[in-house]
Amino acid sequence: MAEQTTVATTGNVLVAEAMRQCKPDVMAAYPITPQTTIVEEFAKFAANGKTHAEYVTVESEHSAMSACVGASAAGARVMTATCSQGLALMWEELYIASGLRLPIVMANANRALAAPINIHCDHSDAMGARDAGWVMLFAETAQEAYDNTIMSVRIAEHADVMLPVMTCLDGFITTHSIDRAEMLDDASVTEFVGEYTPRYALLDTDKPVSHGNFSGLGGAYFEFKKQQRTAMDAALSVVKSVGAEFSALAGRPFDVVEGWGMDDADVAIVVIGSTAGNARHVARDLRAKGVKAGVLKIRCFRPFPSAEIREALKGVKAVAVLDRSESFGAEGGPVFLEVKSALYDLDARVPLVNYIYGLGGADVRLELIESVYADLSDIVSGTAAPSAMQYLGTR
Amino acid sequence: MKWDISRVNEWKSEEFPPGAVIPEGGNSHDYNVGGWRSERPVRDDKACTQCLLCWIFCPDTAVVLDGEKVVDFDLEHCKGCGICANECPTNPKFGRKAIEMIPEGCELPGVK
Ligand code: SF4
Ligand code: SF4
Repeated sequence: MAEQTTVATTGNVLVAEAMRQCKPDVMAAYPITPQTTIVEEFAKFAANGKTHAEYVTVESEHSAMSACVGASAAGARVMTATCSQGLALMWEELYIASGLRLPIVMANANRALAAPINIHCDHSDAMGARDAGWVMLFAETAQEAYDNTIMSVRIAEHADVMLPVMTCLDGFITTHSIDRAEMLDDASVTEFVGEYTPRYALLDTDKPVSHGNFSGLGGAYFEFKKQQRTAMDAALSVVKSVGAEFSALAGRPFDVVEGWGMDDADVAIVVIGSTAGNARHVARDLRAKGVKAGVLKIRCFRPFPSAEIREALKGVKAVAVLDRSESFGAEGGPVFLEVKSALYDLDARVPLVNYIYGLGGADVRLELIESVYADLSDIVSGTAAPSAMQYLGTR
Repeated sequence: MKWDISRVNEWKSEEFPPGAVIPEGGNSHDYNVGGWRSERPVRDDKACTQCLLCWIFCPDTAVVLDGEKVVDFDLEHCKGCGICANECPTNPKFGRKAIEMIPEGCELPGVK
């Protein structure tokens, strides 16, 4: 295990530190609340000679991701950060980055999308980008945001993957709250991520290549999408193996899904991001009262760990999936829809309910989580039937 | 070694370079784009002063030189944009330019 320093700082500072330690060549980003302090911190590193990265100031997120695409195609290790409207403005480049198989690493400080204008946390931004071909990791804590950032570099640049990675942390809750965390020393991180050797680099003039090509009229577009699917599927085992390696280095467990009390749970909550902490707190209290409560946290959302979720939830008597984003008009939120289809292959049906919670930073009080477990216990005892999707904590 | 794409229409998804990269330089020369053209430049050698403006301005390097003299157009790459004809200076002796754009399918200048 490597040397580590205990720090008290915010998720954003830790993400910026992790990025610096991973030695990117180019950082192109546009500041947007609550991501701003990531790029602010990184800009300071650049100004103070703490990173060799070319720090590119751009006029928008559209330009930020365009610059990242260009720099990555040139052969650089590239990073950026965004959230909310900024991620939305990157839309077309998100698909270009993944389609060109460019291993860009981006932090996303989850924030609601307008309208109405809102700067607080929810997952609408990231969930809207879930089909853009990016590997997506979610952090519960500042520590996980730091760890995920470092792992992202290895995952993105892995020869079987070569896809961009979005590493998400909850706006304000994780980005701005001061948290206790362990930081690895620079040398250990540098060694862990290694040097980036691009397969095709525009700046390698001995091996000229061209990026960004037309797939031809009636050409191979379909075949290239299949390649992306193959790479994304392969990413699951890469995420696991990089996670295992990182665990050995840092002494912190990592898995694509992380269960608490799931071995014998009767009732369980499936959740992504910082709310996993609230859920565990309540589950712990319930355990003391004899309720077999569990929490299943999804840490890797793309590729979606269906088999692992199926395994963790089979036999649970009632499950609630919490979604911090909407999929208007669908049967439930995006996490619910995916968990539900993962469970379709089980012989015995797991009663599943969905709660949309915390949109636009609406507070996730412990009573709300308690009410979810109470609903689940009612389903198990037969006093209530599993209901359709509900809003948790709205007036 | 030249990148062999002769079987490209049969390639399976894993046979393509990832990300639609073309892993060699200069191969746009192998791609015949002459079919995009609706008009073709025709040069009258008598009226041509060999100023080379057409060669300088052609965005497709489709003006063919022999040494320092224009001799031909590369019709597999000329897209018929007409820039060469536009830039070709009027020759005072002839009262016209040396290059004229004629619709594809016609053999003679002036015939529409
Ligand atoms: S028509 Fe355009 S492409 Fe063709 S030779 Fe003239 S300038 Fe070049
Ligand atoms: S621009 Fe006209 S005159 Fe000059 S070299 Fe070309 S064809 Fe001849």
